[in-house]
Amino acid sequence: MAALLEVANLEAFYGQTQVLRGLSFTLDEGGITTILGANGAGKTTTLRAICGMVRTTGSVTISGAQVAGKATETIVRHGIAHVPEGRGTFVRLSTEDNLRLGAYTRGDAAGVAEDLGRVFEYFPRLKERRAQQAGTLSGGEQQMLAVGRALMMRPRLMLLDEPSFGLAPNLTEELFEILGNINKERKVSMLVVEQNASLALGIAAHAYLLETGRIVMHGTAKEIGQDESVRKAYLGY
Amino acid sequence: MDLFLQQFFAGLAFGGIYACIALAVVMIYQATDHLNFAQGEMAMFSTYIAFTLISAGFPYWWAFLATMLISFVGGVLIERIIVRPVEGTSVLNEVIVFIGLLTIFNSLAGWIWDFTIKPFPSPFPKEPVFGNKFIGTHDLGVIAVTLVVLGLVFMFFRFTPLGLAMRAAAQNPDSARLVGVRVGWMLALGWGLAAAIGAVAGMLVAPIVFLEPNMMISMLLYGFAGALLGGITNPVGAVMGGFMVGVIENMIGTYVPFIGHELKLSVALVLIIAVLVFRPSGLWGHVVVKRV
Repeated sequence: MAALLEVANLEAFYGQTQVLRGLSFTLDEGGITTILGANGAGKTTTLRAICGMVRTTGSVTISGAQVAGKATETIVRHGIAHVPEGRGTFVRLSTEDNLRLGAYTRGDAAGVAEDLGRVFEYFPRLKERRAQQAGTLSGGEQQMLAVGRALMMRPRLMLLDEPSFGLAPNLTEELFEILGNINKERKVSMLVVEQNASLALGIAAHAYLLETGRIVMHGTAKEIGQDESVRKAYLGY
Repeated sequence: MDLFLQQFFAGLAFGGIYACIALAVVMIYQATDHLNFAQGEMAMFSTYIAFTLISAGFPYWWAFLATMLISFVGGVLIERIIVRPVEGTSVLNEVIVFIGLLTIFNSLAGWIWDFTIKPFPSPFPKEPVFGNKFIGTHDLGVIAVTLVVLGLVFMFFRFTPLGLAMRAAAQNPDSARLVGVRVGWMLALGWGLAAAIGAVAGMLVAPIVFLEPNMMISMLLYGFAGALLGGITNPVGAVMGGFMVGVIENMIGTYVPFIGHELKLSVALVLIIAVLVFRPSGLWGHVVVKRV
Protein backbone atom coordinates (compact mmCIF):
# COMPACT_ATOMS: atom_id res chain seq x y z
CA MET A 1 0.00 0.00 0.00
CA ALA A 2 1.26 3.45 -0.86
CA ALA A 3 2.16 5.76 2.01
CA LEU A 4 -0.32 8.52 2.84
CA LEU A 5 2.21 11.16 1.86
CA GLU A 6 5.42 10.59 0.00
CA VAL A 7 7.75 13.47 -0.77
CA ALA A 8 10.76 12.86 -2.98
CA ASN A 9 13.51 15.24 -4.08
CA LEU A 10 11.34 18.22 -3.30
CA GLU A 11 12.90 21.58 -4.08
CA ALA A 12 11.09 24.88 -3.55
CA PHE A 13 11.85 28.39 -4.71
CA TYR A 14 10.80 31.93 -3.83
CA GLY A 15 11.81 33.79 -6.96
CA GLN A 16 15.47 32.91 -7.45
CA THR A 17 15.99 31.80 -3.87
CA GLN A 18 16.01 28.08 -3.30
CA VAL A 19 14.58 27.15 0.08
CA LEU A 20 14.18 23.38 -0.02
CA ARG A 21 17.10 21.35 -1.38
CA GLY A 22 15.99 17.86 -2.24
CA LEU A 23 13.66 16.91 0.58
CA SER A 24 12.50 13.30 0.83
CA PHE A 25 10.29 11.76 3.46
CA THR A 26 7.23 9.58 3.87
CA LEU A 27 4.29 9.73 6.21
CA ASP A 28 2.21 6.71 7.16
CA GLU A 29 -1.50 6.79 7.79
CA GLY A 30 -2.68 7.54 11.29
CA GLY A 31 0.25 9.06 13.11
CA ILE A 32 1.48 12.48 14.10
CA THR A 33 4.80 13.55 12.63
CA THR A 34 6.67 16.71 13.42
CA ILE A 35 9.23 18.72 11.52
CA LEU A 36 11.69 20.56 13.72
CA GLY A 37 14.14 23.19 12.68
CA ALA A 38 15.40 26.69 13.31
CA ASN A 39 13.92 29.83 11.79
CA GLY A 40 14.48 29.84 8.06
CA ALA A 41 15.20 26.11 7.83
CA GLY A 42 12.25 25.67 5.47
CA LYS A 43 9.58 24.22 7.75
CA THR A 44 6.75 26.47 6.61
CA THR A 45 7.93 26.17 3.03
CA THR A 46 7.73 22.37 3.27
CA LEU A 47 4.04 22.59 4.15
CA ARG A 48 3.41 25.23 1.50
CA ALA A 49 5.23 23.12 -1.10
CA ILE A 50 3.07 20.09 -0.33
CA CYS A 51 -0.01 22.25 -1.00
CA GLY A 52 1.37 23.76 -4.17
CA MET A 53 1.59 27.29 -2.76
CA VAL A 54 5.19 27.82 -3.91
CA ARG A 55 7.09 26.93 -7.06
CA THR A 56 8.53 23.44 -6.69
CA THR A 57 10.28 20.63 -8.50
CA GLY A 58 10.27 17.02 -7.40
CA SER A 59 7.50 14.66 -6.45
CA VAL A 60 4.66 14.77 -3.92
CA THR A 61 2.26 11.83 -3.87
CA ILE A 62 -0.83 11.44 -1.72
CA SER A 63 -1.85 7.78 -1.45
CA GLY A 64 -0.01 7.18 -4.70
CA ALA A 65 -1.54 10.11 -6.63
CA GLN A 66 1.00 12.60 -7.96
CA VAL A 67 0.03 16.14 -6.95
CA ALA A 68 3.26 18.09 -7.53
CA GLY A 69 2.63 21.01 -9.84
CA LYS A 70 -1.15 20.89 -9.36
CA ALA A 71 -3.19 23.85 -8.15
CA THR A 72 -3.68 24.24 -4.39
CA GLU A 73 -7.45 23.92 -4.68
CA THR A 74 -7.00 20.58 -6.48
CA ILE A 75 -4.43 19.24 -4.01
CA VAL A 76 -6.58 19.93 -0.94
CA ARG A 77 -9.35 17.86 -2.52
CA HIS A 78 -7.17 14.80 -1.88
CA GLY A 79 -8.00 15.19 1.80
CA ILE A 80 -5.28 17.62 2.85
CA ALA A 81 -6.22 20.34 5.35
CA HIS A 82 -3.60 23.02 5.82
CA VAL A 83 -3.78 25.19 8.95
CA PRO A 84 -1.63 28.03 7.71
CA GLU A 85 0.83 30.27 9.44
CA GLY A 86 -1.12 33.33 10.60
CA ARG A 87 -4.32 31.24 10.80
CA GLY A 88 -5.82 32.36 7.48
CA THR A 89 -9.00 33.70 9.06
CA PHE A 90 -11.70 35.18 6.81
CA VAL A 91 -11.89 38.21 9.06
CA ARG A 92 -15.11 39.76 7.79
CA LEU A 93 -17.12 36.54 7.80
CA SER A 94 -18.80 35.08 10.86
CA THR A 95 -17.18 32.30 12.84
CA GLU A 96 -19.77 29.87 11.57
CA ASP A 97 -19.28 30.92 7.94
CA ASN A 98 -15.54 30.38 8.39
CA LEU A 99 -16.26 26.85 9.54
CA ARG A 100 -18.76 26.20 6.76
CA LEU A 101 -16.16 27.23 4.21
CA GLY A 102 -14.03 24.36 5.47
CA ALA A 103 -16.73 22.02 4.17
CA TYR A 104 -16.91 23.80 0.80
CA THR A 105 -15.81 20.76 -1.21
CA ARG A 106 -18.22 18.40 0.50
CA GLY A 107 -21.69 17.51 -0.74
CA ASP A 108 -23.06 15.67 2.30
CA ALA A 109 -25.12 18.24 4.21
CA ALA A 110 -25.89 15.83 7.04
CA GLY A 111 -22.23 14.99 7.55
CA VAL A 112 -21.33 18.68 7.50
CA ALA A 113 -23.91 19.48 10.18
CA GLU A 114 -22.60 16.59 12.26
CA ASP A 115 -19.00 17.81 11.92
CA LEU A 116 -20.01 21.35 12.83
CA GLY A 117 -21.47 19.99 16.05
CA ARG A 118 -18.27 18.06 16.67
CA VAL A 119 -16.07 21.13 16.15
CA PHE A 120 -18.25 23.00 18.64
CA GLU A 121 -17.71 20.11 21.08
CA TYR A 122 -13.95 20.33 20.71
CA PHE A 123 -14.01 24.13 20.89
CA PRO A 124 -17.01 25.36 22.92
CA ARG A 125 -15.67 28.92 22.65
CA LEU A 126 -16.36 28.88 18.93
CA LYS A 127 -19.97 27.94 19.57
CA GLU A 128 -20.39 30.92 21.88
CA ARG A 129 -18.98 33.15 19.17
CA ARG A 130 -20.55 31.50 16.13
CA ALA A 131 -22.30 34.65 14.88
CA GLN A 132 -19.41 36.99 15.66
CA GLN A 133 -17.18 38.44 12.96
CA ALA A 134 -14.13 36.18 12.93
CA GLY A 135 -11.72 39.11 12.81
CA THR A 136 -12.82 40.13 16.29
CA LEU A 137 -11.84 36.79 17.85
CA SER A 138 -8.72 36.61 20.01
CA GLY A 139 -5.55 35.01 18.65
CA GLY A 140 -6.21 31.78 20.50
CA GLU A 141 -9.80 31.62 19.29
CA GLN A 142 -8.68 32.24 15.73
CA GLN A 143 -6.21 29.37 16.03
CA MET A 144 -9.04 27.14 17.23
CA LEU A 145 -11.10 28.41 14.32
CA ALA A 146 -8.34 27.50 11.88
CA VAL A 147 -8.13 23.97 13.31
CA GLY A 148 -11.92 23.74 13.29
CA ARG A 149 -12.08 24.89 9.67
CA ALA A 150 -9.54 22.23 8.76
CA LEU A 151 -11.58 19.57 10.57
CA MET A 152 -14.67 20.57 8.60
CA MET A 153 -12.92 19.24 5.50
CA ARG A 154 -12.98 15.79 7.12
CA PRO A 155 -9.34 15.49 6.08
CA ARG A 156 -7.07 12.48 6.02
CA LEU A 157 -4.02 14.60 6.70
CA MET A 158 -3.76 17.88 8.58
CA LEU A 159 -0.75 20.12 8.02
CA LEU A 160 -0.33 22.40 11.03
CA ASP A 161 1.97 25.38 10.78
CA GLU A 162 3.08 26.66 14.20
CA PRO A 163 -0.21 26.02 16.00
CA SER A 164 1.30 27.38 19.23
CA PHE A 165 2.35 30.69 17.71
CA GLY A 166 1.20 33.64 19.79
CA LEU A 167 -0.79 31.54 22.27
CA ALA A 168 -0.53 31.68 26.05
CA PRO A 169 1.12 28.53 27.48
CA ASN A 170 -2.08 27.15 29.02
CA LEU A 171 -3.97 27.66 25.74
CA THR A 172 -1.18 25.96 23.82
CA GLU A 173 -1.35 22.97 26.11
CA GLU A 174 -5.10 22.78 25.73
CA LEU A 175 -4.84 23.03 21.95
CA PHE A 176 -2.25 20.24 21.73
CA GLU A 177 -4.37 18.02 23.93
CA ILE A 178 -7.31 18.56 21.59
CA LEU A 179 -5.10 17.86 18.56
CA GLY A 180 -4.06 14.59 20.19
CA ASN A 181 -7.70 13.68 20.76
CA ILE A 182 -8.62 14.53 17.20
CA ASN A 183 -5.80 12.31 15.96
CA LYS A 184 -7.03 9.38 18.06
CA GLU A 185 -10.77 9.79 17.71
CA ARG A 186 -11.01 10.99 14.11
CA LYS A 187 -8.02 9.02 12.76
CA VAL A 188 -6.63 12.17 11.19
CA SER A 189 -2.93 11.99 10.41
CA MET A 190 -0.99 15.14 11.21
CA LEU A 191 2.20 16.82 10.11
CA VAL A 192 3.09 19.48 12.65
CA VAL A 193 5.67 22.21 12.22
CA GLU A 194 6.69 23.76 15.53
CA GLN A 195 9.20 26.12 17.06
CA ASN A 196 8.34 24.69 20.44
CA ALA A 197 10.23 21.42 20.03
CA SER A 198 9.42 19.82 23.37
CA LEU A 199 5.72 20.37 22.79
CA ALA A 200 5.91 18.89 19.30
CA LEU A 201 7.97 15.89 20.36
CA GLY A 202 5.50 15.27 23.15
CA ILE A 203 2.61 14.77 20.75
CA ALA A 204 4.40 13.22 17.75
CA ALA A 205 5.42 9.64 17.06
CA HIS A 206 7.98 10.55 14.41
CA ALA A 207 10.20 13.55 13.90
CA TYR A 208 12.31 15.03 11.15
CA LEU A 209 14.99 17.62 11.70
CA LEU A 210 15.35 20.21 8.98
CA GLU A 211 18.43 22.40 8.46
CA THR A 212 18.79 24.87 5.57
CA GLY A 213 16.35 23.02 3.36
CA ARG A 214 17.61 19.50 3.99
CA ILE A 215 16.58 16.74 6.35
CA VAL A 216 19.56 16.04 8.57
CA MET A 217 18.03 13.58 11.00
CA HIS A 218 14.92 11.50 11.44
CA GLY A 219 13.58 8.88 13.78
CA THR A 220 10.96 8.29 16.41
CA ALA A 221 10.13 11.31 18.50
CA LYS A 222 11.71 9.59 21.48
CA GLU A 223 15.04 8.99 19.72
CA ILE A 224 15.18 12.52 18.40
CA GLY A 225 14.27 13.96 21.79
CA GLN A 226 17.12 12.06 23.43
CA ASP A 227 19.70 13.08 20.85
CA GLU A 228 22.38 15.19 22.47
CA SER A 229 22.68 17.80 19.69
CA VAL A 230 18.92 18.19 19.28
CA ARG A 231 18.52 18.63 23.00
CA LYS A 232 21.13 21.36 23.10
CA ALA A 233 19.98 23.18 19.98
CA TYR A 234 16.20 22.91 20.22
CA LEU A 235 15.17 21.82 23.67
CA GLY A 236 17.58 24.00 25.63
CA TYR A 237 18.98 21.59 28.18
CA MET B 1 -44.73 69.56 -1.71
CA ASP B 2 -45.91 67.88 -4.91
CA LEU B 3 -42.77 68.98 -6.71
CA PHE B 4 -40.64 67.71 -3.85
CA LEU B 5 -42.26 64.27 -3.91
CA GLN B 6 -42.10 64.06 -7.69
CA GLN B 7 -38.42 64.90 -7.70
CA PHE B 8 -37.78 62.59 -4.77
CA PHE B 9 -39.28 59.57 -6.54
CA ALA B 10 -37.65 60.42 -9.85
CA GLY B 11 -34.35 60.63 -7.96
CA LEU B 12 -35.03 57.29 -6.32
CA ALA B 13 -35.58 55.69 -9.74
CA PHE B 14 -32.28 57.01 -11.04
CA GLY B 15 -30.78 56.02 -7.72
CA GLY B 16 -31.78 52.41 -8.34
CA ILE B 17 -29.87 52.49 -11.61
CA TYR B 18 -26.83 54.04 -9.94
CA ALA B 19 -27.13 51.45 -7.18
CA CYS B 20 -26.87 48.64 -9.74
CA ILE B 21 -23.79 50.19 -11.31
CA ALA B 22 -22.27 50.85 -7.89
CA LEU B 23 -22.84 47.25 -6.88
CA ALA B 24 -21.28 45.96 -10.12
CA VAL B 25 -18.25 48.19 -9.58
CA VAL B 26 -17.89 47.20 -5.92
CA MET B 27 -18.10 43.48 -6.67
CA ILE B 28 -15.09 43.66 -8.94
CA TYR B 29 -13.33 46.14 -6.67
CA GLN B 30 -13.62 43.85 -3.68
CA ALA B 31 -12.08 40.94 -5.53
CA THR B 32 -9.34 42.82 -7.36
CA ASP B 33 -8.86 46.22 -5.66
CA HIS B 34 -9.49 47.97 -8.95
CA LEU B 35 -12.33 50.01 -10.39
CA ASN B 36 -13.57 48.56 -13.64
CA PHE B 37 -13.80 51.64 -15.83
CA ALA B 38 -15.41 49.55 -18.58
CA GLN B 39 -18.43 48.63 -16.42
CA GLY B 40 -20.62 51.32 -17.96
CA GLU B 41 -19.65 50.51 -21.55
CA MET B 42 -20.25 46.82 -20.93
CA ALA B 43 -23.73 47.72 -19.69
CA MET B 44 -24.30 49.91 -22.75
CA PHE B 45 -23.25 47.07 -25.05
CA SER B 46 -25.63 44.72 -23.21
CA THR B 47 -28.42 47.20 -23.75
CA TYR B 48 -27.76 47.14 -27.49
CA ILE B 49 -28.02 43.36 -27.37
CA ALA B 50 -31.42 43.74 -25.68
CA PHE B 51 -32.36 46.30 -28.35
CA THR B 52 -31.45 43.82 -31.10
CA LEU B 53 -33.43 41.03 -29.46
CA ILE B 54 -36.49 43.23 -28.97
CA SER B 55 -36.25 44.50 -32.54
CA ALA B 56 -36.12 40.87 -33.69
CA GLY B 57 -39.52 40.40 -32.06
CA PHE B 58 -38.68 38.84 -28.70
CA PRO B 59 -41.14 39.76 -25.92
CA TYR B 60 -39.58 42.40 -23.64
CA TRP B 61 -39.06 40.29 -20.51
CA TRP B 62 -37.63 37.36 -22.46
CA ALA B 63 -35.19 39.75 -24.10
CA PHE B 64 -34.44 41.19 -20.64
CA LEU B 65 -33.58 37.78 -19.16
CA ALA B 66 -31.68 36.64 -22.27
CA THR B 67 -29.62 39.83 -22.17
CA MET B 68 -28.74 39.23 -18.52
CA LEU B 69 -27.64 35.70 -19.37
CA ILE B 70 -25.61 36.76 -22.41
CA SER B 71 -24.00 39.54 -20.36
CA PHE B 72 -23.15 37.07 -17.61
CA VAL B 73 -21.42 34.74 -20.05
CA GLY B 74 -19.74 37.71 -21.73
CA GLY B 75 -18.45 38.98 -18.37
CA VAL B 76 -17.03 35.57 -17.52
CA LEU B 77 -15.32 35.33 -20.92
CA ILE B 78 -13.86 38.84 -20.65
CA GLU B 79 -12.32 37.95 -17.30
CA ARG B 80 -10.98 34.60 -18.48
CA ILE B 81 -9.58 35.80 -21.79
CA ILE B 82 -8.70 39.48 -21.45
CA VAL B 83 -8.35 40.39 -17.78
CA ARG B 84 -6.80 37.21 -16.45
CA PRO B 85 -3.42 37.51 -18.19
CA VAL B 86 -2.78 40.86 -16.48
CA GLU B 87 -4.31 40.02 -13.10
CA GLY B 88 -1.90 40.80 -10.29
CA THR B 89 0.81 42.14 -12.59
CA SER B 90 0.57 45.85 -11.83
CA VAL B 91 -2.09 48.46 -11.21
CA LEU B 92 -1.18 50.26 -14.41
CA ASN B 93 -1.53 47.12 -16.56
CA GLU B 94 -4.97 46.35 -15.21
CA VAL B 95 -6.26 49.90 -15.44
CA ILE B 96 -5.03 50.18 -19.03
CA VAL B 97 -6.86 46.97 -19.90
CA PHE B 98 -10.04 48.40 -18.33
CA ILE B 99 -9.72 51.60 -20.32
CA GLY B 100 -8.97 49.55 -23.42
CA LEU B 101 -12.18 47.60 -22.86
CA LEU B 102 -14.05 50.88 -22.44
CA THR B 103 -12.94 52.26 -25.81
CA ILE B 104 -13.36 48.91 -27.55
CA PHE B 105 -16.97 48.50 -26.42
CA ASN B 106 -17.77 52.11 -27.18
CA SER B 107 -16.38 51.92 -30.71
CA LEU B 108 -17.74 48.44 -31.33
CA ALA B 109 -21.27 49.59 -30.44
CA GLY B 110 -20.92 52.58 -32.76
CA TRP B 111 -19.60 50.37 -35.53
CA ILE B 112 -22.34 47.73 -35.23
CA TRP B 113 -25.36 49.89 -34.39
CA ASP B 114 -24.05 53.38 -35.46
CA PHE B 115 -23.99 56.46 -33.26
CA THR B 116 -27.51 57.76 -33.86
CA ILE B 117 -29.81 57.99 -30.87
CA LYS B 118 -32.38 55.19 -30.72
CA PRO B 119 -35.53 54.93 -28.65
CA PHE B 120 -35.58 51.97 -26.27
CA PRO B 121 -38.92 50.57 -25.09
CA SER B 122 -40.08 50.59 -21.50
CA PRO B 123 -42.01 47.50 -20.40
CA PHE B 124 -44.20 49.64 -18.17
CA PRO B 125 -47.38 51.44 -19.28
CA LYS B 126 -47.39 55.20 -19.86
CA GLU B 127 -50.36 55.94 -17.57
CA PRO B 128 -49.46 56.53 -13.94
CA VAL B 129 -50.60 53.79 -11.55
CA PHE B 130 -53.70 54.57 -9.51
CA GLY B 131 -53.79 57.93 -11.25
CA ASN B 132 -51.18 59.32 -8.84
CA LYS B 133 -49.29 62.42 -9.84
CA PHE B 134 -46.09 61.82 -7.93
CA ILE B 135 -44.37 58.99 -9.72
CA GLY B 136 -44.33 57.78 -13.32
CA THR B 137 -44.94 54.11 -13.92
CA HIS B 138 -41.56 53.59 -15.52
CA ASP B 139 -39.86 55.14 -12.48
CA LEU B 140 -41.87 52.91 -10.18
CA GLY B 141 -40.97 49.90 -12.32
CA VAL B 142 -37.29 50.85 -12.22
CA ILE B 143 -37.36 51.03 -8.44
CA ALA B 144 -39.17 47.69 -8.20
CA VAL B 145 -36.88 45.88 -10.66
CA THR B 146 -33.70 47.21 -9.08
CA LEU B 147 -34.92 46.26 -5.61
CA VAL B 148 -35.70 42.73 -6.80
CA VAL B 149 -32.32 42.36 -8.53
CA LEU B 150 -30.41 43.76 -5.57
CA GLY B 151 -32.39 41.56 -3.19
CA LEU B 152 -31.59 38.46 -5.24
CA VAL B 153 -27.91 39.34 -5.34
CA PHE B 154 -27.91 39.91 -1.59
CA MET B 155 -29.57 36.56 -0.94
CA PHE B 156 -27.14 34.83 -3.28
CA PHE B 157 -24.14 36.16 -1.38
CA ARG B 158 -25.70 35.73 2.04
CA PHE B 159 -27.33 32.33 1.83
CA THR B 160 -25.69 30.14 -0.82
CA PRO B 161 -22.41 28.20 -0.49
CA LEU B 162 -21.25 29.60 -3.83
CA GLY B 163 -21.91 33.15 -2.67
CA LEU B 164 -20.00 32.45 0.53
CA ALA B 165 -17.11 31.03 -1.49
CA MET B 166 -17.05 34.16 -3.66
CA ARG B 167 -16.86 36.38 -0.58
CA ALA B 168 -14.12 34.20 0.86
CA ALA B 169 -12.13 34.31 -2.38
CA ALA B 170 -12.33 38.10 -2.43
CA GLN B 171 -11.27 38.45 1.22
CA ASN B 172 -8.48 35.96 1.52
CA PRO B 173 -7.58 34.15 -1.72
CA ASP B 174 -4.86 31.97 -0.14
CA SER B 175 -7.13 30.69 2.59
CA ALA B 176 -9.94 30.18 0.10
CA ARG B 177 -7.69 27.98 -2.04
CA LEU B 178 -6.79 25.95 1.03
CA VAL B 179 -10.43 24.98 1.54
CA GLY B 180 -10.73 24.06 -2.13
CA VAL B 181 -12.34 27.21 -3.58
CA ARG B 182 -11.32 27.75 -7.20
CA VAL B 183 -10.44 31.39 -6.75
CA GLY B 184 -9.83 32.12 -10.44
CA TRP B 185 -13.32 30.98 -11.33
CA MET B 186 -14.82 32.99 -8.48
CA LEU B 187 -13.28 36.11 -10.03
CA ALA B 188 -14.76 35.16 -13.38
CA LEU B 189 -18.17 34.58 -11.79
CA GLY B 190 -17.86 38.02 -10.17
CA TRP B 191 -17.27 39.58 -13.57
CA GLY B 192 -20.23 37.68 -14.95
CA LEU B 193 -22.54 38.83 -12.16
CA ALA B 194 -21.30 42.41 -12.43
CA ALA B 195 -21.93 42.39 -16.18
CA ALA B 196 -25.45 41.02 -15.69
CA ILE B 197 -26.28 43.61 -13.00
CA GLY B 198 -24.85 46.34 -15.22
CA ALA B 199 -27.05 45.11 -18.06
CA VAL B 200 -30.13 45.60 -15.87
CA ALA B 201 -29.05 49.18 -15.19
CA GLY B 202 -28.52 49.80 -18.91
CA MET B 203 -31.89 48.40 -19.96
CA LEU B 204 -33.71 50.39 -17.27
CA VAL B 205 -32.05 53.71 -18.01
CA ALA B 206 -32.18 53.45 -21.80
CA PRO B 207 -35.90 54.41 -22.08
CA ILE B 208 -35.12 57.60 -20.13
CA VAL B 209 -31.85 58.75 -21.69
CA PHE B 210 -32.26 56.99 -25.10
CA LEU B 211 -29.92 54.40 -26.50
CA GLU B 212 -26.57 55.58 -27.85
CA PRO B 213 -22.98 54.44 -27.34
CA ASN B 214 -22.17 57.20 -24.83
CA MET B 215 -25.28 56.83 -22.69
CA MET B 216 -23.55 55.07 -19.78
CA ILE B 217 -20.57 57.37 -19.34
CA SER B 218 -22.31 59.73 -16.94
CA MET B 219 -24.17 56.78 -15.37
CA LEU B 220 -20.84 55.19 -14.50
CA LEU B 221 -19.72 58.43 -12.88
CA TYR B 222 -22.87 58.53 -10.73
CA GLY B 223 -22.32 54.84 -9.94
CA PHE B 224 -18.77 55.58 -8.80
CA ALA B 225 -20.07 58.44 -6.68
CA GLY B 226 -22.66 56.14 -5.10
CA ALA B 227 -20.11 53.43 -4.41
CA LEU B 228 -17.72 55.91 -2.82
CA LEU B 229 -20.42 57.65 -0.79
CA GLY B 230 -21.77 54.39 0.64
CA GLY B 231 -18.36 52.81 1.00
CA ILE B 232 -16.53 50.98 -1.73
CA THR B 233 -15.66 48.18 0.69
CA ASN B 234 -19.30 47.48 1.54
CA PRO B 235 -21.71 46.27 -1.18
CA VAL B 236 -24.82 47.12 0.87
CA GLY B 237 -23.38 50.57 1.57
CA ALA B 238 -22.63 51.08 -2.12
CA VAL B 239 -26.24 50.27 -3.00
CA MET B 240 -27.52 52.75 -0.40
CA GLY B 241 -25.02 55.27 -1.73
CA GLY B 242 -26.37 54.78 -5.24
CA PHE B 243 -29.92 55.55 -4.13
CA MET B 244 -28.71 58.57 -2.16
CA VAL B 245 -26.79 59.99 -5.10
CA GLY B 246 -29.91 59.69 -7.25
CA VAL B 247 -32.01 61.64 -4.78
CA ILE B 248 -29.33 64.23 -3.92
CA GLU B 249 -28.58 64.91 -7.56
CA ASN B 250 -32.24 65.41 -8.43
CA MET B 251 -32.93 67.62 -5.40
CA ILE B 252 -29.96 69.86 -6.06
CA GLY B 253 -30.86 70.02 -9.76
CA THR B 254 -34.38 71.12 -8.83
CA TYR B 255 -33.84 73.49 -5.93
CA VAL B 256 -30.46 75.07 -6.56
CA PRO B 257 -31.23 77.46 -9.40
CA PHE B 258 -27.81 77.89 -11.00
CA ILE B 259 -27.19 74.13 -11.21
CA GLY B 260 -30.41 73.06 -12.90
CA HIS B 261 -30.22 70.26 -15.41
CA GLU B 262 -26.98 71.34 -17.03
CA LEU B 263 -24.67 71.13 -14.04
CA LYS B 264 -26.19 68.00 -12.49
CA LEU B 265 -23.28 65.79 -13.43
CA SER B 266 -20.86 68.02 -11.58
CA VAL B 267 -22.83 67.21 -8.43
CA ALA B 268 -21.51 63.67 -8.75
CA LEU B 269 -17.96 64.92 -9.18
CA VAL B 270 -18.23 67.27 -6.19
CA LEU B 271 -19.63 64.39 -4.17
CA ILE B 272 -16.73 62.12 -5.17
CA ILE B 273 -14.18 64.74 -4.17
CA ALA B 274 -15.98 65.58 -0.95
CA VAL B 275 -16.14 61.94 0.10
CA LEU B 276 -12.49 61.35 -0.75
CA VAL B 277 -11.44 64.41 1.24
CA PHE B 278 -13.66 64.11 4.30
CA ARG B 279 -14.50 60.45 4.62
CA PRO B 280 -12.46 58.28 2.26
CA SER B 281 -13.98 55.04 3.54
CA GLY B 282 -17.51 56.23 2.73
CA LEU B 283 -20.51 56.28 5.06
CA TRP B 284 -20.66 52.53 5.69
CA GLY B 285 -17.27 51.35 4.51
CA HIS B 286 -14.52 50.17 6.79
CA VAL B 287 -11.05 51.58 6.85
CA VAL B 288 -8.58 49.33 5.07
CA VAL B 289 -5.09 49.44 6.47
CA LYS B 290 -2.40 48.13 4.20
CA ARG B 291 1.17 47.29 4.91
CA VAL B 292 3.38 48.64 2.13
